Amino acid sequence: MLADYALLLIGAVLVNNFVLVQFLGLCPFMGVSNKLESAMGMAAATTFVLTLASVSSYLTYNYLLVPLDLTYLRTISFILVIAVVVQFTEMVVRKSSPLLHKVLGVYLPLITTNCAVLGVALLNINKSHSFTQSLLYGFGAAVGFSLVLILFAAMRERLAVADVPEPFQGAAIGMVTAGLASLAFMGFAGLV
Amino acid sequence: MIDTLMQNPTGIALLALLGLGAVFGALLGFAAVRFRTEGNPIADQVNQLLPQTQCGQCGFPGCRPYAEAIANGEAINKCPPGGQETIEALASLLDVEPEPLDAEHGEEKAPRVALIREAECIGCTKCIQACPVDAILGAAKVMHTVIADECTGCDLCVDPCPVDCIDMIERKTGIQHWRWQSPDVIASDRVAA
Amino acid sequence: MIEVHTIKGGIHPPEEKALSNPGHVIDCPMPPKLILPLNQHIGAAAEPIVAVGQYVLGGECLATATGLVSANVHAPTSGVIASIDDHPVPHASGLSNCCIELIPDGEDKWLALNGTDDFRQATPADLVTAIRCAGISGMGGAGFPTAVKLMASDRTPIDTLIINGTECEPYITADDTLMQVNPAGIIEGAEILAFIVGAERILFAVEDNKPEAAAALTQAVVDTASSVAREVVTFPTKYPSGGEKQLIEILTGQQVPSGKLPADLGIVCQNTGTAVAVRDAVVAGRPLTHRIVTLTGRALNKPANYRVPLGTPIEFLLSIAGYQAEQSSRLVHGGPMMGFAIDDPRIPVVKTTNCVLAPTEQEFPSAPSAQACIRCGHCAEACPASLLPQQLYWYARARDQEQLERHNLFDCIECGACAWVCPSHIPLVQYYRAAKGFIQDSREEKIRSERSQARFEARQARVEREAQAREAKRAARKAAAQAKTTQDTEEDPIQAAVARAKARKSEQEVTE
Repeated sequence: MLADYALLLIGAVLVNNFVLVQFLGLCPFMGVSNKLESAMGMAAATTFVLTLASVSSYLTYNYLLVPLDLTYLRTISFILVIAVVVQFTEMVVRKSSPLLHKVLGVYLPLITTNCAVLGVALLNINKSHSFTQSLLYGFGAAVGFSLVLILFAAMRERLAVADVPEPFQGAAIGMVTAGLASLAFMGFAGLV
Repeated sequence: MIDTLMQNPTGIALLALLGLGAVFGALLGFAAVRFRTEGNPIADQVNQLLPQTQCGQCGFPGCRPYAEAIANGEAINKCPPGGQETIEALASLLDVEPEPLDAEHGEEKAPRVALIREAECIGCTKCIQACPVDAILGAAKVMHTVIADECTGCDLCVDPCPVDCIDMIERKTGIQHWRWQSPDVIASDRVAA
Repeated sequence: MIEVHTIKGGIHPPEEKALSNPGHVIDCPMPPKLILPLNQHIGAAAEPIVAVGQYVLGGECLATATGLVSANVHAPTSGVIASIDDHPVPHASGLSNCCIELIPDGEDKWLALNGTDDFRQATPADLVTAIRCAGISGMGGAGFPTAVKLMASDRTPIDTLIINGTECEPYITADDTLMQVNPAGIIEGAEILAFIVGAERILFAVEDNKPEAAAALTQAVVDTASSVAREVVTFPTKYPSGGEKQLIEILTGQQVPSGKLPADLGIVCQNTGTAVAVRDAVVAGRPLTHRIVTLTGRALNKPANYRVPLGTPIEFLLSIAGYQAEQSSRLVHGGPMMGFAIDDPRIPVVKTTNCVLAPTEQEFPSAPSAQACIRCGHCAEACPASLLPQQLYWYARARDQEQLERHNLFDCIECGACAWVCPSHIPLVQYYRAAKGFIQDSREEKIRSERSQARFEARQARVEREAQAREAKRAARKAAAQAKTTQDTEEDPIQAAVARAKARKSEQEVTE
């Protein structure tokens, strides 16, 4: 039982990493990874949203949509749930760290359109996860996203001060690095 | 009526979504009240980075108003006394792109200090009233003199003087203020410079 | 016998010590003029107490220390003060600073000197005062005023005094020579220093490439008695073992924490030359007026160690040492690793001048142009302070103050080991020096702007207060005026006067 949960978690964090293996959530990944501090803030916000949204989506699906036979409404209701959670998160961030709020700027409400968040919610349905499994899957996706975001931000900070040839400076070398990181993460394929 | 509505699948769907929306709306309304923010702490952090010369070259009446404007999205490249260093620091704080100093607002000059030509001073106190940091010592009909250590070089005192006896001179730098210069040794350094 | 440790990193450049014939001192003749900078030490410049045209005796104090971290300047011989003016001084910038120019009269008449036979009769505070009056500052190269360093023992207990005879930099043999020629002076000076700081043991540190010096010191220790434990410690030669923090790690195995001083570990470190100067000041009453300078390099005919009066122009020294200008590629004040180039040979010898180098082009070839960093990491292996030179290099280029401070830029001792090993010949130390410079500028700027902001806000408050006071006065005046007019409207003044006149008239009619 515990082993299953552990494998689920490892699967979500490393083997099927949402950003580098499944290529979801690339917008904040490239957009907020310029500085380590804003990346950590974004990672925290997304973790909060992903976990909460994963659970809320599960509850909405299983206790509202399924009993009322409205499963075809899952996409729109998940988006509604996610939008509310993100709005709530934005209020919390603005209160606790106005500078982070300013730095994240538009990327904070854009978590609503982060395909990783909707992806997790829908994948939970596809895989018929239980409550605990949904929770762990959402949390694992969040941890994987955070891990990759922070690693990439650290690398981009070093790239910013390095001797990059002019045609590659900025997003270009970022993309190349992301591709190489993706190759590395795909090496986890045989793990689970 | 509810029953008929309940029989109808579209009705159920509509009701479900409306119900969901209502619940979440209430939650958000509560959160909006609970997490209300006061003040503008970003402006404080921006103000810390500005050089505090209170000269007005940015177009705002002092450093604090400019800091508040920057917190509301104003361009960060309007401060000549701060120079490129300040622009880079502001860019780093707000995670935006640094831009070169806006020439419309002045150029980055070497640090300067005001000097009153005492022989010509008439003791009118107009410069004392103009100085934003009270760096001019004096009183009515008494000699005025600039306290050099406190002068920020903002040159707000030059215009009000009716006998035009204030000069802005460059601060002397001697062996005590000498600094090593960064070597410009690799081709890519020269390109970037 | 203490256990000797090793420091991480370090390099082994060619020593070239034999060239200057250590162990023999040649007395340098008095030059035609002496240039004495008012600032030959770390800290504030001294202030002149003599006037142009004044006749002074040898050993007379010419300028007094200003504030705590400062040192006196004395006349090395008798003569007349020719000027007190700016003159090129030994500084990496090549700039000028205020100097006292003394023209020796050739008589070498000295002030009456008062020393003590038994320094133990004096209090440590008195001895520190004597050292302060003698104008002694560190003679190993850094130049920190010795009296201030010794005062550290007031705050923290000191148990170990280290006398630094390491002299790890190639070419320099001034301390080696001093140890061979005057070991008794070093031992006595060490006793005095130990007495002042209350140390329980003295360690004389000598690298193993100086066996004669170590033997001379050991013999001197054997020949004298002492109340404290003394040991001459030799250890394997490596650059930069002579750095204070590195030496402490070698001798004690302890590292001085970042931002702290050796005194916080209970250790005080002094150069051998400083120890002899202390002995001369306390026992003989002699202020610091001379020092041993190594003149070396293959562009000199007579490379040697010279005993030189402070203020001797270096061009004079070079002529004594047989300088061949056409063979020399450059002149260096200090050693090949930490010295700086001399543009103007008129600069004088100062308290921190341990060496003047005149190398040929072959000895010191011009630096090849730098190439891109290949991230090999040799610099990190060589760093004796366990820093990350490569990261410091990238952040220095990017001018990233926060990261530089996080990577402990200010713990860099600028020894040059990283630049020595760099396969791309990147002048790393130059980058670190420039970075330290702009960070110090930025810190000063921050302090200044905080001060300006405080003054601005105080002014706003004052203007506000004055406006309110004026408003209050105006309101008070208005209220007073109001009160007066209400009083008046009850009684129309004209009517009142008419009434009074009528009353008087009726009175008059009555009396008539």
